[in-house]
Amino acid sequence: MASTTQEASHGAAEAAHGGGSSMPQLDFATFGNQIFWLAVALVVIYLILSRVALPRIAAVLAERQGTITNDIAAAEDLKAKAVEAENVYNKALADARAEAQRIAAETRAEIQAGLDEAIAQADVDIAAKAAESEKAIAEIKAGALDSITAVANDTAAEVVAALGGKADAKAIAAAVSDRMKG
Amino acid sequence: MGKIFFYVALALAVVSGLIFAPQEAGLQIHPMEQFVVQPLFGHGEISWYTPTNATLWLLLAVAAVFALMVMGSSRRAIVPSRGQSIAELAYGFVYKMVEDVAGKDAIKFFPYIMTLFMFIVMSNALGLLPQSFATTSHIAVTAVLAMLVFLTVTIVGFVKNGAGFLGLFWVSSAPLALRPILAVIELISYFVRPVSHSIRLGGNIMAGHAVLKVFAGFAGALGLFSFLPIFAITAVYALEVLVAFIQAYVFTILTCVYLKDALHPSH
Repeated sequence: MASTTQEASHGAAEAAHGGGSSMPQLDFATFGNQIFWLAVALVVIYLILSRVALPRIAAVLAERQGTITNDIAAAEDLKAKAVEAENVYNKALADARAEAQRIAAETRAEIQAGLDEAIAQADVDIAAKAAESEKAIAEIKAGALDSITAVANDTAAEVVAALGGKADAKAIAAAVSDRMKG
Repeated sequence: MGKIFFYVALALAVVSGLIFAPQEAGLQIHPMEQFVVQPLFGHGEISWYTPTNATLWLLLAVAAVFALMVMGSSRRAIVPSRGQSIAELAYGFVYKMVEDVAGKDAIKFFPYIMTLFMFIVMSNALGLLPQSFATTSHIAVTAVLAMLVFLTVTIVGFVKNGAGFLGLFWVSSAPLALRPILAVIELISYFVRPVSHSIRLGGNIMAGHAVLKVFAGFAGALGLFSFLPIFAITAVYALEVLVAFIQAYVFTILTCVYLKDALHPSH
């Protein structure tokens, strides 16, 4: 036993001489020691991992997954809300546009009605005024004719008197009306 | 200008290398020396409880696992820190492996498999530190790990399935005449599992470290041309970092595969 250990300690020296049994891996004297400490190490690692590290990491991963899922759900919710708000907005816009068009059409119709009425009224007024004017013109025309006849009679009588004649008023009037007809 | 300076420096190096050549030119390569188990205090005989360098590095692996998995996750942050990210990554990596390879009902073995994975990956990583002791390069350690898996799988297999666990060796999809032969082969391969399982891990780590040591010995002996082995050491070291993780992964995934056999022995 002691000699094997001794060999192991001086394995280096043997390696230099090319000894076949110089592999420290095959020095069975150290196996008990290595296996004992390996068992200690493995048990400690197992306890560390199974009691502390793995549950903790699993919890962190689960929490992260939960957070991500929640965030995605929240984002989808918000997106749905945004779509809804957009729809409401579009609907309001369409309503407003329709209302505006309705009001515009109504106003146009009202104005058109007022306009038609005013035009009709104006036509009636214009017709009345035209009739009145025609009548006045006719009166003036008639008045003017009379005046012309009187002036022509007077002028003819004066002309006859100036030429030395003596004219009968009736004959002059007849002559004037004859001439004026001709 | 820089080029000229470089060549001058190189020439000086060559001259000084010739003048101050190593006194002992012989190869001083002891690749296995690093694996010697020694008492931490004194030079006495190693009994089962003696604190040795193996003890120290086993317990450092425990400390590393504690630092990563417990201290790293101590803040329980929703948005993880770097340490917590790594701890969660390790957790998710092994958890998914157990779930995918061994099945949903193997989840109760998850802490056990996580223990194996964390111990092996931490030991391998710590073993890569210069002047450290690679505990997983020792067959005593890997054989215990492999036997733990072997015994667990066998016991779980018989407890869960009773004699039905023997169906693992009876390939019912093969022609009847072939089945006894296949059963013998399956039986042998079943008992070889812990051997290959342990030697794969121990052998990989031991070989890698021995290669590093051999190149280091060359670097000491070659004087001026030691940059060649130093390049090689750099490359091998990078490979060993990969191997440290891959061997832990392989050990763990094989454990999951064996566990699946125990839980669902049908072929």
